[in-house]
Amino acid sequence: MAIAVRNLTKFYGQEKAVDDISFDVRTGEILGFLGPNGAGKTTTMKIVTCYLPPNAGTVTVDDLNIADHSLDVRRKIGYLAEHNPLYLDMNVIEYLAYTGSLHGLENSGLRGRIKDMVELCGLGDVRHKDIGELSKGYRQRVGLAQAMIHDPDVLILDEPTSGLDPNQIVEIRSLIRHLGRQKTVIFSTHILSEVQATCDRVIIINEGRIVADGTPEQLQSDFRGSETVTVELKAKTSDAMQDLFPKFRSIENVEKAEYTGAHGDTHGFTLHTVKGSDVREQIFRLAVVQGWTLLELSRRITSLEEIFHKLTTIDDHKN
Amino acid sequence: MTPIQVPLRNTGIIFRKELRSYFNSPVAYVVIVVFLAIIGYFHTNNLFLMNIASMRLTFEFAPLVFLFIIPAITMRLISEERKSGTLELLSTKPLRDVEVVAGKFLAAWVLVGITLAPTLVYYVTIAFLGDIDNGPVIGGYVGLFLVSGVYVSVGLLASSLTENQIVAFIFGFLLCFAFFMLDKVLVYVPSFMTSVVEYLGTDFHYQNIARGVIDSRDIVYFLSVIGLSLSLSVISLERRQW
Repeated sequence: MAIAVRNLTKFYGQEKAVDDISFDVRTGEILGFLGPNGAGKTTTMKIVTCYLPPNAGTVTVDDLNIADHSLDVRRKIGYLAEHNPLYLDMNVIEYLAYTGSLHGLENSGLRGRIKDMVELCGLGDVRHKDIGELSKGYRQRVGLAQAMIHDPDVLILDEPTSGLDPNQIVEIRSLIRHLGRQKTVIFSTHILSEVQATCDRVIIINEGRIVADGTPEQLQSDFRGSETVTVELKAKTSDAMQDLFPKFRSIENVEKAEYTGAHGDTHGFTLHTVKGSDVREQIFRLAVVQGWTLLELSRRITSLEEIFHKLTTIDDHKN
Repeated sequence: MTPIQVPLRNTGIIFRKELRSYFNSPVAYVVIVVFLAIIGYFHTNNLFLMNIASMRLTFEFAPLVFLFIIPAITMRLISEERKSGTLELLSTKPLRDVEVVAGKFLAAWVLVGITLAPTLVYYVTIAFLGDIDNGPVIGGYVGLFLVSGVYVSVGLLASSLTENQIVAFIFGFLLCFAFFMLDKVLVYVPSFMTSVVEYLGTDFHYQNIARGVIDSRDIVYFLSVIGLSLSLSVISLERRQW
């Protein structure tokens, strides 16, 4: 169930919320939609789910244009909206029965799906409670159960883990991973580790435009700046700057070395190295030759956080 | 399913959900009790003070009571969905806006019917006690049901225009009141327009039917106003698409 978005543009009054966005989602792919608040993630999702019409551009879901086959498209999509709208005066079973029947489920088919969803989303204990009495985490699960009740081929989840505690976040992520094996999933988030943990592909959008598109690994290698190696060592020396510092500078591929301070005999350094090079081995050998005791030796590659920060703030300066 | 079954089924789902939520909340009970208390008062006046075996006062005052309670029934129908965001949920289900409007309209209309039903007891008691003219009673009930249909559809329209229930109530009440008053303000209307204005008022047609004369022209009037209000409600729901 592939989704194709072409030149999508949406205005709210004078303001351009989505600016000429194009992307594809392949069947069975988990796409993470990343961006700061107000970047246009939610608007794009609302258009794909047929809630809002675009000002320009087209969206097709499984070759069905959302403008011409709105009802058919809506049948294929399971949607969890941003603030997870629920009928608070219904209990969990009633709510799932209502949303399921709106998707054409009936009788034993409906009952079976409700049972599956209650089990899958861990709603067994609260199934006869009014939704208004449930905690945020449970409400979010009810929202997810609602989105999956008709076993849709496409799942669109707008910030599915917002408001959940860390354990619940892990559960929901593994649920998304599990579902992503058969289904096409688009989900938005502003938590970066979530994208790294769950997505096959990431699209970063900022101010209505796509600023990066690729697998988490691709983005990391494309946007990698200099890498750093942190070294902590024990060495008997009266003047660390004089004795140790030049030795690090002499290592091949080290562009810059910083002395980060000492605690007695312990000295810390941060080395900036050339992209893609690994100098840890040289440092280890150096330590052996010099008779230092290595306490820490770690290499750090630019994280998605930094890429994200770079991409979304550079744009701010441009405007 | 055949093409016609799907819309009917969807309308039925919305209808049952709305009717159930009326009875799961105090709304239905408050409405029924208030209506019966007020109408009961006029009915006993009719019976014990005036010693007349008729339901004339009941049918005279019921539209006035409807004026207040029907906008209260309809005010939350769409405005609440707008406010809580569940309209987005409904709008992304494979569901036409017209099915949503029809289901909600029918649920509120049936609630009015349920409210009206206990007054049949009045009819039975009067029929025991004296000679009652059945024509005006049947006409009265048919008329009341049609008038309430107009009020419900207009109230639903008001509810679709705002996300604030109080605004929906006041606006719904004003619209109902306007329809109720049209044939009573004819002295202020230029003479060439009086018949048009009179024709547009609900009470004019209601009085016709309540006399026991069920004329197709009156029925057509009621059904067209209901149809128009519901169409406008559908358009108002589609407003996000503009």
